[in-house]
Amino acid sequence: MSNLTMLDPTSELNPAERQLLPRLDQLAGATIGLLDISKPRGKEFLDEVERQLLLLGATVNRYCKPTFARVAPRELNQKISVECDAVIEGLAD
Amino acid sequence: MSSDNTHSYTLVVKKACPTCELIQPAIRQLAQQLRLQVYVQDDPAFLADLEDVSSSDDSTLKYSFHHNIEIVPTLIRFDGKEESERIVGWDRQQWRDFSGIEDLGEELIAFKPGCGSMTEDPGMQEVLAARFASDALSARRIDLADAEDEMEACYERGWTDGLPVIPPTPIRVLRMLAASDRAASDIVGRVPPDNVECSVEKVAINAVLAGCKPDYFPTVLSVVEAALKDEFCMHGLLCTTYFSSPVVIVNGPVVKRIGMNSGGNALGQGNRANATIGRALQLLIRNVGGGKPGGIDRATLGNPGKYTFCFAEDESDPDWPSLAMDRGFGRTDSVVSLFAGDGVQPVLDQLSRDPESLALSMAASLRSVAHVKKFGMADAILVVCPEHRRVFREGGWDKERLRQALYDHLMTPGAELMSGVGGMTEGMPEKFKDKLLNKFRDDGLHIVTAGGTAGMFSAIISGWVASGEKGSQLVSKAIV
Repeated sequence: MSNLTMLDPTSELNPAERQLLPRLDQLAGATIGLLDISKPRGKEFLDEVERQLLLLGATVNRYCKPTFARVAPRELNQKISVECDAVIEGLAD
Repeated sequence: MSSDNTHSYTLVVKKACPTCELIQPAIRQLAQQLRLQVYVQDDPAFLADLEDVSSSDDSTLKYSFHHNIEIVPTLIRFDGKEESERIVGWDRQQWRDFSGIEDLGEELIAFKPGCGSMTEDPGMQEVLAARFASDALSARRIDLADAEDEMEACYERGWTDGLPVIPPTPIRVLRMLAASDRAASDIVGRVPPDNVECSVEKVAINAVLAGCKPDYFPTVLSVVEAALKDEFCMHGLLCTTYFSSPVVIVNGPVVKRIGMNSGGNALGQGNRANATIGRALQLLIRNVGGGKPGGIDRATLGNPGKYTFCFAEDESDPDWPSLAMDRGFGRTDSVVSLFAGDGVQPVLDQLSRDPESLALSMAASLRSVAHVKKFGMADAILVVCPEHRRVFREGGWDKERLRQALYDHLMTPGAELMSGVGGMTEGMPEKFKDKLLNKFRDDGLHIVTAGGTAGMFSAIISGWVASGEKGSQLVSKAIV
């Protein structure tokens, strides 16, 4: 698709590389989504993460995607983006 | 000694040129008697069989580009590293005098013109500039990853107004720059709100983003310069919670030359020049100036003209002075005018057949600019459509007569406009109670003409509520 070079149309006051979105500055009072990717025993791990987040004063929403082998369905991504301030995805084994 | 051993020479040729083919015996003589290097633009095998000749492959056209070769054959004499003289085409006597070889090309015809150099093929100048002279462009390079979609990349970097933009590759920007004599590094002004110096190159990059053709570039440059004039107040206009943003009106011969629309749907979509010239300014303010909605742009509602609002005035009627002429320019000057304006308010009048009635309709509609009871606050542009212009013409009214009638009809006693009158708290302050007020300040109402020939619908483009010296005034500039 690419290997294209473009010339920067901006004032170049910001770095050329896209920056990460701003991080949360605190967890207390934030709504954190936990997305289970359906790997075995993922729920147990996320239960412990939820317990610790609740102790830190966050609100936790639990979500689950049908299979670890595919990206999450579009509707689920949109739901999480509306309902949560940040999301932790349960990866790997 | 008749031949020249103290200098060096280069010769640029191409096989596809019959003159270059013809003069091979002379090339051999030159190589035998002078220090000669030959460069071949197309086929590296050309001249390979010619004894004594040292030829170099210039199929990348690097040598030809750097030495501005326009014609082949070109023979250049060097004094050390400096070029001292060159000749082009084949003129036997001229070549004999130049080289000092008295019997050069004895058996050849005396004269044959050369051919165009491959560096002059259509589009090649920008391709070669991008290949060999890209330090003429000083903007930061953004390289995309293999899997990146270039259209999405522009969106993700925040370069667009919500609609797709044209990825600004070096070749596209070079083609845009070639349409102006100005140097890429020339500064056109400081762009608000970040107050950043803006070069001709940055204007070209944003003109490419907007979809402009190179033909439009001189007009775009003049639009940007007009917008950056102090009296236009671009910084305030960008920050305002009000609707307004720059409206561009173009007059003069440039309109036809670049194919702008002054007729049917002139304020709407469909014409590339109208659409992209206005858009280039908006994108420049966003990208170079840093002015974006949610940031410094605090507009409550904004208006669709903030994508683009640019049209040409209809100058088909020689008895109707153009906006540029109202501003002191001549009919044959190409001029851009910038107005801090917002939407399009209809002025429907399908029944008036005399100019008095039509002028009253227009005045009544003009009262509602900003608010019916706010006078002297916002400027406006009245766009008179061709069918309404006909009513005035047939009634014997010229533009000045219309202007005067509108002024007279809009004169209103302050008492009718007071805060509280009509149950509306909005209105004029107490101190104006006993005064006669005009809806528009002096020079606050501009009249232009545009539109299709069917439809008795004129329009008002209402202006920013900070109009005049305390805010924005209409600014006109000749296109250089």
